[in-house]
Amino acid sequence: MTPFTYSRAADTAEAVRRGTIPQARYLGGGTNLVDLMREEIERPDTLVDVTGLSHEIEELPGGGLRIGAGVRNTAVAEHRSVRSRYPALSRAIVSGASAQIRNMATVGGNLLQRTRCAYFYDEAGQCNKRSPGKGCDALEGFNRNHAILGASPACVAVHPSDMCVALVALDASVHLRGSAGVRHIPLTELHRLPGDQPHVETVLDPGELITAIELPPQPFAARSTYRKVRDRSSYAFALVSVAAALQIEDGHIRDVRIALGGVAHRPWRASRAEEVLRGGPVGAIAFAAAADAELADARPLSDNGFKIELARRTIIAVLGNLAGETA
Amino acid sequence: MSISKDARQIVESAVQGVMAKAIALAPDGWIPGGEPDPLIRSRHGHVGKPVSRLDGPLKVSGTAPFAAEFPMQGMVYAALVFGTVPKGRIAAIDTEQAESSPGVLSVMTYRNAPRIAPPPVFMSGPKAAGGDNLPVMQDDAIHWNGEPVAVVLAETQEQADHASSLVHVRYQSEPAQTHFAKAKAAGTRTATFMGQPLHNEIGDAEAALVRAPVSVDVRYSTPRHNHNAIELHAVTAAWTGDELRIHDASQLVAHEAWSIAQMFGIPEDKVVVTSPFVGGGFGGKCLWQHQVLAAMAAKASGRPVRLVLSREGVYRVVGGRSLTEQRVALGADREGLLKALIHTGVTAKTASNAMPEPFIMATRSAYASETISLDVQAVELDMLANTFMRAPGESVGTFALECAMDELASALDIDPIELRVRNEPKNEPISGLPFSSRNIVEAWRTGAAKFGWDKRSSVPCSTRDGEWLVGMGCAAGTYPYYRMPGGAARITLTHDGQAIIDIAAHEMGMGTSTAQTQVAADRLGLSMDAVVFRYGDSTLPGVVLAGGSQQTAAIGAAVSAAHHSLVKALLKIVGNDSPLAGLKPDEVASGDAGLCKLGDPALHETYVSILARAGQTSVTVTAEAPAPLETQHWSMHSHAAMFCEVRVNSVTGEPRVSRFLGSFDCGRILNPKTAASQFRGGIIMGLGLALMEETQFDERTGRVMNPSLSEYHVPVHMDVPEIDVIWTDIADPHTPMGARGIGEIGITGTGAAVANAIYNATGKRIRDLPITLDKLL
Repeated sequence: MTPFTYSRAADTAEAVRRGTIPQARYLGGGTNLVDLMREEIERPDTLVDVTGLSHEIEELPGGGLRIGAGVRNTAVAEHRSVRSRYPALSRAIVSGASAQIRNMATVGGNLLQRTRCAYFYDEAGQCNKRSPGKGCDALEGFNRNHAILGASPACVAVHPSDMCVALVALDASVHLRGSAGVRHIPLTELHRLPGDQPHVETVLDPGELITAIELPPQPFAARSTYRKVRDRSSYAFALVSVAAALQIEDGHIRDVRIALGGVAHRPWRASRAEEVLRGGPVGAIAFAAAADAELADARPLSDNGFKIELARRTIIAVLGNLAGETA
Repeated sequence: MSISKDARQIVESAVQGVMAKAIALAPDGWIPGGEPDPLIRSRHGHVGKPVSRLDGPLKVSGTAPFAAEFPMQGMVYAALVFGTVPKGRIAAIDTEQAESSPGVLSVMTYRNAPRIAPPPVFMSGPKAAGGDNLPVMQDDAIHWNGEPVAVVLAETQEQADHASSLVHVRYQSEPAQTHFAKAKAAGTRTATFMGQPLHNEIGDAEAALVRAPVSVDVRYSTPRHNHNAIELHAVTAAWTGDELRIHDASQLVAHEAWSIAQMFGIPEDKVVVTSPFVGGGFGGKCLWQHQVLAAMAAKASGRPVRLVLSREGVYRVVGGRSLTEQRVALGADREGLLKALIHTGVTAKTASNAMPEPFIMATRSAYASETISLDVQAVELDMLANTFMRAPGESVGTFALECAMDELASALDIDPIELRVRNEPKNEPISGLPFSSRNIVEAWRTGAAKFGWDKRSSVPCSTRDGEWLVGMGCAAGTYPYYRMPGGAARITLTHDGQAIIDIAAHEMGMGTSTAQTQVAADRLGLSMDAVVFRYGDSTLPGVVLAGGSQQTAAIGAAVSAAHHSLVKALLKIVGNDSPLAGLKPDEVASGDAGLCKLGDPALHETYVSILARAGQTSVTVTAEAPAPLETQHWSMHSHAAMFCEVRVNSVTGEPRVSRFLGSFDCGRILNPKTAASQFRGGIIMGLGLALMEETQFDERTGRVMNPSLSEYHVPVHMDVPEIDVIWTDIADPHTPMGARGIGEIGITGTGAAVANAIYNATGKRIRDLPITLDKLL
């Protein structure tokens, strides 16, 4: 780990002031950043601890929730309103990492987790995220966990978060504050696809700080869920995960939200599948058509072709379960 | 009842009590015509009791000192720099920036390292311990991807770790062979293991296979595995003058001390290796570069050095299990009697050691067959030397053999247990030797009854619980009995009636010190409080490897030999006033804290009394165990019948084990509590082997790409169901204490039991480990 200076910011304005200097990083729970520093992948010279800021979960007028970026993952998962109104979010959080890590990890930090691609982690491997332009060893290497959607010849890594998948399905947005002021963007717009610049993972400006996540009111999200498919029962990243909410009226799908994890460089909102389903009939045939539409552009790598079928099956099963529940 | 009669009864029952506890001397060896160990008959002593670990309180209170915890004056911390090419030369190495980093004392590379000899590779001599025979940081040559190229010493671990990232190395790469398939295409060689070719033929098995009315002929593969003991490999090394002291996590302290002395060219007694506690060994805690580098750095710097491998470091420096590709072909008549048994295949090793994964070992004694053909071919790759990992050979060999037996049972429509029972051999098919003790059929019967095997449907895919397909499978496990030469022990009997047992053995968490205290207490006729078992120090007698599941027998035989010497020594000093006066060693037994006449326990004198009468404060004897001739006369193996229930998700393919039972036949169980834990631990490791363990070795570069517990999967708690373990407890008459090894057998058969259960659940035969969900979609 490269030596660095550490300070706690007293308020958001001060944090942004300190975090805008080059080679500064915001420190949340440190469950990912500190690992990356130990591996010498991240070498910040300044850490600005922002865990003391924005640690409230507020009820918004109209029924939404505003979750401070410094709130610990466990606190979100256990929050009464989250559990009753956005159960997919609770389930996604508790399916990730371990209890100890969830107790430390913050919401803001979870959004900015970096990929677990083995070649990103290994100094001997070529990785366009670590060393832009050097190439991608995962393309022809171990890529069983890698992307089937939205990848590029420069990068096939996936975003590892469970929580983000649920948030994307639930139409969450993020509040940002930078030296140029504040802004508020949909979470679907926060993470970038790799393109030819996989080292640029988000649309955040240098020094821009995530201050909160906002969940809009969504009555049918009370019937939302999250299903994670992985190689062991706990403490493993998703091979495929599905967050979904389904609103059925008069035997038809009035509205639906679907997002996929473990398949792309960002949490993947399955808009095509939603379009196919919205206003249509309920049932296995419709669910399969939706899954097929979403996965039409899926492209397998050497080791991860199974993910296409796995994602298809998991989407159908999750929607089937939700339909059974709401029927 | 008269008073006198009453008194006589009291005396008689007292005498019977003494007789029941008195233990005659064990035989000098375990050879045909000899007597079994008298401890086998003793059913009322400490042996066989579920005694809790004596070191349990130390461990749970955090006061048991592990290798990385020995305090040293003036100690410095080491960090390693690992190479990044599989083969070649160091073209340039720049240590300047690292050397000027805060807290850094020095950076050792091949340019300034002390000159030493290469390690004596394991099995090249009685005390050779090296994982390979490659020079340790002596020149610019690179032999595998990840080989240490520099050692940074600093005042703190953090300073050393950081400075290690500031060492800049440029390599001149050379062509390396890191592709298994390409190496195979270039030709294989018959592998040898422990000096013997891994090849056996009885009759013409290929011809018999063709003629057999029913046959299966299938191929299996198993991947590389890496060691992941919870305690990272750690060493604290210090020189005092020309004497080297190493606090290590070791399963071969005496071998290690000798081997390191050879490397540094100093007398063996100038190297002291201690290892009082080891947080898991499994074959991985032997001699690798880290101990040598720490000793070299300590010598060069003049300061004690602590070197703890990172988890990545364990993957780069400590070998693991090599991969295998196996063919098993079985031919049978319609009754299921085997006419042909073929088990062949290929594994990868290195040129720098002699360790092909010997996957046919278990097959040699498994089943009667008219013809047999066994063969292991090997290729050599440029990689870190592979090594022993829990049941090398048997773990992955039983996966292939026992899956194939299940496939044959399906083809014959015979119950897989019944098929195995029908093919029980009378003698070992390969050597022709009689079995010392083989009760696998009893293990099958009791295991099947307890597990509820009769509820299994023989038709795959016939049990469903919602999304989950449920199935049951079984497989046989086996592991040989070994007792290696070199066992020796010292007993010191003190005037207060204590016995101190000294032997250079190891406690890696199995419960050795507890079980051996029980054995020694019974052997000497003492309470456990009166026995002190000392181990984990190379200056103690004996060259004892905690490996091959042989340590219990090795210690048992050595202590038994020392008991002989002790009795002789005591009879020499008893004097004429003792009730034991004039008795010969074979006329006495140990019991009630002393010696008595065999058959006449009233003639008894306590050790305290003997020493007091002789005016001695203590008596010390040392003796060597007899040569392990028993393995020349019998085919000696532990056995297990493994039963598994799995659930496979029909949507996602996720396989999850829901029940497991191991029914063991491992001779007498010395301590049911610690034994149950070892059985369960082996089975859990077997579940990992079946479902998730896999080293990702990038064949383009020869580099391990998942050197961490987050990416190299072992079972987590939720993957491990309740595991039931039972045993026959039938003593083996030809081993010390009637016991056979129990440390490795749990991992054998387990992989096949899981795979066979998955077939029963889904109808799918998955022949390539690990059985991940993508193979079940």
